[in-house]
Amino acid sequence: MNARRSDGTIPGIRAAAATDMAVLHPFKLRPAGRAEDLLFSRWLAALPPWAFPLLLAAALLWPATAFAQSHYTMADALDALWRWLPFLITKGFVMNVVISFFTMAVGTLLGVLLGLGQVSHSVLLRRSAGFVTQLFRNSPWLVLLFIVMLTFPFQVTIGSVTIAIPDWIKAVFGLSLPIMANISEIVRGAVQSVPTGQWEASESLAFSRHQTMWRIILPQCFKRMIPPWMNWYAILTMATPLVSLLGVEELVTLSRQAMESEDNHPELLIPFFGFALVIFFAYCYPIARWTIALERRFSVKL
Amino acid sequence: MTDANWTDKQPIVSIKDVHKSFGPLEVLKGVSLDVMKGEVICIIGPSGSGKSTLIRCVNALNTIDSGSIKVEGQEVHDKKLDKLELRKKVGMVFQQYNLFPHKTALQNVMMAPVLVLKEPKDSVETRARALIKKVRLNGKEDSYPGELSGGQQQRVAIARSLAMQPDVMLFDEVTAALDPETVKEVLVTIKQLAQEGMTCILVTHEMGFAREVADRIYFTDRGVIVEQGPPATFFAQAKDPRTREFLSQIL
Repeated sequence: MNARRSDGTIPGIRAAAATDMAVLHPFKLRPAGRAEDLLFSRWLAALPPWAFPLLLAAALLWPATAFAQSHYTMADALDALWRWLPFLITKGFVMNVVISFFTMAVGTLLGVLLGLGQVSHSVLLRRSAGFVTQLFRNSPWLVLLFIVMLTFPFQVTIGSVTIAIPDWIKAVFGLSLPIMANISEIVRGAVQSVPTGQWEASESLAFSRHQTMWRIILPQCFKRMIPPWMNWYAILTMATPLVSLLGVEELVTLSRQAMESEDNHPELLIPFFGFALVIFFAYCYPIARWTIALERRFSVKL
Repeated sequence: MTDANWTDKQPIVSIKDVHKSFGPLEVLKGVSLDVMKGEVICIIGPSGSGKSTLIRCVNALNTIDSGSIKVEGQEVHDKKLDKLELRKKVGMVFQQYNLFPHKTALQNVMMAPVLVLKEPKDSVETRARALIKKVRLNGKEDSYPGELSGGQQQRVAIARSLAMQPDVMLFDEVTAALDPETVKEVLVTIKQLAQEGMTCILVTHEMGFAREVADRIYFTDRGVIVEQGPPATFFAQAKDPRTREFLSQIL
């Protein structure tokens, strides 16, 4: 609620009022082009903290009434979930977090390089970096995942040593492509948001372009890049269950296997997937709150 | 970069028949002027007359279409010229200060000599502290630009430029963004520099200041120099009707 009001708009009213009278129109506190970057975190962080227990209650109690008269009772299903819980967390959700960490690391590294390419002086480099960025930013994630999973070798041979590449590593590369492209846009946007006067001042002090970029411009945009970067981390974490479609072991894959070994009773569906929903929410919600808090703090200072 | 044949008996900055267009708009239509070492010249004129463009061409922040600009005998707009070498000789101060917001006042002053000239840090620091004292900001060494007033920021910017020990200083409307009370503290600093023999080219709207410090005043209008002369004759006996009209509106 508060997040909506602080950007100067009236709750529920999207457009400025159409009037000729001398009124103060709603104004944007944030520079154009940045607000929508954090759309996901803004939405998530705007949820009140009690959304979490509500979600938990809905996931656990609603099915208890819906399937109460069945042979395999809800109590049995919850009992099954309880038995599987440690396994689902340690072998499942931990894997989602591991995949998201590595994907973010690879995506950030490649994305920063690509983003710097997008602000390069060389036209060729700028154009090709821009093309690669737009290509991967606008491709369906699942398609990219499939391409990488199915074309990457399952092992590499260096000399006489053969190293098997586990599925989840391939998934990391597949997911890091769209992350790379979006980080690239964050870097480009941040660099271009620094006033041109900073470039001119460093130029007139005989700094080389390289020095200007690394000593003057990038240190100033570092803070501005953190909130959108965290926003993408939360989006990525939410997207990690995509890899279950390719058989990589993570929370959703293991939940399905666990339900299978419990004879696939339909009563199991809602507790198991409800748990998945709750644990993703519990992980991403603090990140979103933190993102928005940082974004507010940094936007006041600059 | 100094031309081997150049001596300080010749103009330190020599501008000859410079033309410059931004798209269809011709901003400079054949401007020529010479500045001798130690001279202070002021360029005045209405907005959009090409004053700022002209001095930005002197340190190659803008390119020129035709003509020639020489600093210490070296052609500035020679494609082969090392611009970084030129900028070590020519300092510039901007209207919007353009201090680096993530560095303290002292770091702002020290950065270029350490990173560009590769001078040892401790000798640069001694010089930087002396310069900050010179612009009367002792005690503000560790303040960030955001904590300083406009006038204080502009004086740090002057110190930052001086730390490179340039031969020529360019001032591009350095008081235009300041409130009247802080204008004076910046002008006092520039005046002190001028009296110490620094070659200065100033674009300014401060007529009283121009009259006081300038050796010569140039009046530009619509891309040409309309009138020039030492302050005494310039203000008292302007010949060109455009100059007279401008002065009557301002003074």
